[in-house]
Formats: sequence, C-alpha cells, structure tokens
Amino acid sequence: MGSYLLKRVLALIPTLLIASVLVFSVVRLVPGDVLDLMLSENDYSASSHDTRADLEKALGLDDPIYIQYVNWLGDIVLHGDLGESLWRNTSVNQEIADRLPVTVELGVLSLLIALVIAIPVGVYSAIRQETLGDNLGRSFSIVALAVPNFWLGTMVVILPAMWWGWSPPNTIEPFFSDPIENLKVFLVPSLILGASLSAVVMRMTRTMMLEVLRQDYIRTAWAKGLRERKVVLRHAVKNAMIPVITLVGILVPILFGGTVIIEQIFRLPGIGQLLLDSVSNRDYPIITGIFLISGVMVMVVNLLVDLCYGLLDPKVRYDD
Amino acid sequence: MTTETAPAALTTRPPTTPPLRERLGDNKVLGFIGRLIVQRPMGAFGAAICIVLLLTGVFADVIAPEGYNAINPIDRLKPPSAEYWLGTDQLGRDLFTRIVHGAQLSVIVAFAATSLSIVISAVIGITSGYFGGRFDMASQRVVDGWMCFPDLIILIVAVSVLGPGTWQVILILGLLFGISGSRIVRSSVLSVKQNIYIHAAQSMGASTLRILVMHILPNVMAPIIVLFTTRLAAVILAESGLSFLGLGIPPPAPSWGGMLSLDGRSYMFQAPWLAIVPGVALTVAVFGINMFGDALRDMLDPRMKGVGSGRYVAAVRRDRPSSRQSTGGTAQ
Repeated sequence: MGSYLLKRVLALIPTLLIASVLVFSVVRLVPGDVLDLMLSENDYSASSHDTRADLEKALGLDDPIYIQYVNWLGDIVLHGDLGESLWRNTSVNQEIADRLPVTVELGVLSLLIALVIAIPVGVYSAIRQETLGDNLGRSFSIVALAVPNFWLGTMVVILPAMWWGWSPPNTIEPFFSDPIENLKVFLVPSLILGASLSAVVMRMTRTMMLEVLRQDYIRTAWAKGLRERKVVLRHAVKNAMIPVITLVGILVPILFGGTVIIEQIFRLPGIGQLLLDSVSNRDYPIITGIFLISGVMVMVVNLLVDLCYGLLDPKVRYDD
Repeated sequence: MTTETAPAALTTRPPTTPPLRERLGDNKVLGFIGRLIVQRPMGAFGAAICIVLLLTGVFADVIAPEGYNAINPIDRLKPPSAEYWLGTDQLGRDLFTRIVHGAQLSVIVAFAATSLSIVISAVIGITSGYFGGRFDMASQRVVDGWMCFPDLIILIVAVSVLGPGTWQVILILGLLFGISGSRIVRSSVLSVKQNIYIHAAQSMGASTLRILVMHILPNVMAPIIVLFTTRLAAVILAESGLSFLGLGIPPPAPSWGGMLSLDGRSYMFQAPWLAIVPGVALTVAVFGINMFGDALRDMLDPRMKGVGSGRYVAAVRRDRPSSRQSTGGTAQ
C-alpha cells in the first residue's frame, strides 16, 4: 500500500510537469498585453515606472520565457510560492487562500447533495425496475442532464424575487462562527449544482446496480435466504459503487467548472470570480496559480479515488 | 423482463462487435430509422427535435426574416403577443427572431466545433493507439496533463488569450473536446488493431497510412459516431456557458447563453420571458440531442450501453489498472 502510494505520487510528477508547461505557456501566448493595459490605465504600480521597459523589468517580464518558467517553477517547488499578482501587489497564494474556502465549501456541499440524492434513488430505481418510482427517477435524471445549471440558477434568482421578493443571501459568515447563517448562503447554490451532478451519478448507480444484481453471487445470496436489505446493501451496493466512485473522480473537474458559473450567479467571492477578474485584467500569475491549483486538486482527488477502490473491494491490491 | 428495454446484462452479444455495416442490416438507412422508432421511441423523439433544430438553423432567415438585431425602442420589453410571439427584449428586439437565429448559431458552432474535435480525436487516438510504444506513452502523458484541468477553466483561460468570438469559441471547444475524446478512439483502436485483417494488411505490405485510413478508421467509426452525438450537446452547453459568462460569442450575436447573461439580469425581473425562453430552447435542444445520442449509442456500440453520456462512460470504462482488477468478476 505504502509503496503503491509512493509510486502513484511519483507518477504524478511528469504529468504535473507537462501540466505546468501547458499552464505557463498557454497563458502567456499573448505577451505584453498586461503592460499596455497597465500603462493605459495608469495603475498605481505602473505610475512609478516611466517607460514600458522599466515596468517590464519590474514585473519580471523582460526575461526570456523559459527563464521566466524556470523561475516560476523554482519558486513553486522550493517555496510553494505562486508569485505576485501583477495588479494588486498581493501574493497569489494569499489571493487564492482567501477565495478557496468558498469554492471548496460550495463544491463539497454540492457533491454531498448529489450523492445523497443520487445513490439511494439510483439503487431504488434498479431494485424496483420499471415501476413508477424508477420511471420518476429516470425522468428526473434525463431532464436534469439537459437543463444547464446557469439557467436553473438564473431562474432561482429571478422567479422568487419576482413572486415573493426573496433573494438568496450572499454575505458569508465564516462557517465556524455561525454555521447556520453560513449554510443558508450555500444551500441554494449547492442544491442547484448538486441536482445537475446527481443526474449522472444516478444513471451510473442504476446501471451498475442492474449489472451487479444479475451476478451469480447475488443469486447465491438470494438462495441462501438472505433478506432483501442484506442482499442489496451488503452484496450489491458495495460492488456497484466502484464505477460510481470512479465517476465521482471524473465529476470533480466538472464540479470545479460548475462552481465558477454558480459563483457568478449568486455573487459568491470564490475562485471563479477571482479567475474571471484576473482574466479580464490579464493577471497572469493569478491565472496560472488558479489553473495549477485546480489541476493539482483534480489529481489528488483521482489518487484518492484510486485508493477508495481498496476500501470497497478486497480483491484490489495495490502491488503492481 | 422481455421488454425491448432489457438491461445490459441480459442482452447477450458477441464479444467482438461486428462492423457497423453488418449491424445496420441490408437497407441501411431505412432499416435504422425503423428500428430507432420501434426500439427506441425516445431516441426517435430526440431525433425529431434534432431535425427541427437543424432545419430552424438552416432556414433561420426564412422563418424570421426580420434580422436578429432589428432594434425597435418603442416596443421595449413587450410580453409575448400575437405580434411578438415570445415578447421583446430591452432593445425592443423580437425574441422569437433571436431564438431562431440563436438556433442557427448553435447549430453552426456545434457542428463546426464537434467536427473539429472529432478530427483531432481521430488523429490523436488512431496514431497513438496504432503506433503504441514511446509515441503512445508521450502523447498519453500530454493528454493526461491536459485532462487534469477543469474544462471550463481551460476554456476561460483560452478565451482570454484568443479573445471572444465565434471562430475562437469553435477552435477552443474543438481542441478541448478533441483531446479528451482521443482516449475513446484510442481504446477502440487498441482492440481493433489486434484483428487478423490488420496483420493481413501489414503482411501484404500495405503502407501505414493505408492501414490507418482503410482498415482502422472504418472499424472505429461506431465509437466515433457516438462520440460525435454526445459531443454535440456538450459543445452547445459549453458555448452557452461561456457566452453566459460574457466570454463566448459577443453580443449582439443571438447566442442562447449570451441572452441569459448577467448583463441582461436586471431586465429579467421585469420581463421574465427573457430568462425563460432561451433556457427552454437550450434545454430542449440538449435534451433532444442527448436522447438521440443515447439511442444511437445503444444501437451502434453495445459495449457502452446505458451508462450515461459518452465522456463519463469512456473515462469510467477506461483501462485503469486497479479498476480492471476489481471489476474482473462483474464487467462482462
């Protein structure tokens, strides 16, 4: 197990390196724009630099791009430092650290809601195939797959405001000082995001359950005279969950994208807003930082997903 | 359990999928349409929606000759009426006209970006799968690196580099979905290249290009077609999401996502049809494509049967060492 983990982490390094090159170069395909933008807007950090060349030097943009890359990567690897914002005179680490909790809370809540809705409904759908409940569940997932979450979010903001003058709150209390107020802010956005994610998980759960329920060992479990509860929960669900867990790993990047949109709709100050602001300012260090953080988070989740297989299935051994 | 919607595990199928042509029967097109309607009524319904969407796109100028940007300040924010079927927006533009032209825009973006992505997927997938070895290793690591990033974040960053615009959006979406889709093509190629006829072609001295184009490509067409339909819906959703954020196709182009964007939010409280109509259009279009795509997948590529939209299936069924071990007893 330990050596497997080590191998997996080591295997991440080349992927991460390739990812970092992608991040760094893609973002810098149009160089110089930030300088034009700063000089034209007479930003405070630009005002002390008379010429374009001065400013370029002060921001470290005058080195050749590979030197910039090595410097940037060196800072990350050696100091965990993602650099300085070009506009705000704050560190990228600080900016991201300020925003990340909002996005993570939104994402985790949405995922929880999705799983809590999807797995029971998917299991029920499979063990009561072709009944009213099954059809309702499947119809829900078919519709939820087609409804864009930004439209659902927009409707939730607009319709209640029109009908009852209610609008979702958006002043965030820290979770630990006032959890109820905090959850009030996140509940509606997470429900919207969770509902759209649950559709996919529900379908996968149902399909996998149907496949597992027709296996020999399930027939054996029935033949032993076990109760339905036990057959379903102990024998079927556990085996059907493995592909579902894989799916959760795949959903995490989609969830990340979803939070960007939902944050915009509900005006939550998360990573998504920071990203969109930075994109309009061409604040490269922040963009690359967010880009990299999101990639690393996805990789870590994928690693956790792989480790989860072992918990569900004793046949899985991490020794290859 | 003998209904036509029998679950995957009950339908026994040969382990190797016969080529597309065989499965479609003698009278290919008619036979296919007939089976679609009989076996998959929802799929046929979805196909009907797709056809309506396509025709609306093609004949947009005939259906709504007014022009999507005809501003009429006197008739601002008018509710739906006989004159304005779906009402008007804050500039007095007829919403019905804009929806129809939005369909055209969606169709253009969807087909262009999806076609581009399919070409990219096919080129990467076929070469990587066929040649194998170091080339495969290297290209798959790049694909890995690319795929760790959330789609929307890649899109936002790429749009910020290229600037907003229809062609930029098509290019970026094509590249994005092309790279991730290459996995699906590659895994099909890996099984196709084991076939005797490939070895036969090789020993006959056929050139590599000939083998790739004449022997491999036709035999991975089924997953490619399935990939195409599932990507269409994904492209439409991604484009509308980008336009919603103000990073996609810039106004006054009538992108459905753009019509829902935050800029118009303040008017939506007075004129809810501005929020409802484009959303319904999007949902119906995506719903239709999904239904048709699902039916097509079940009929063309039984291995992928019933497991949600293509990208999830592909990735879940992707050869992961640990999942291969663990599902040894359950899969197939």
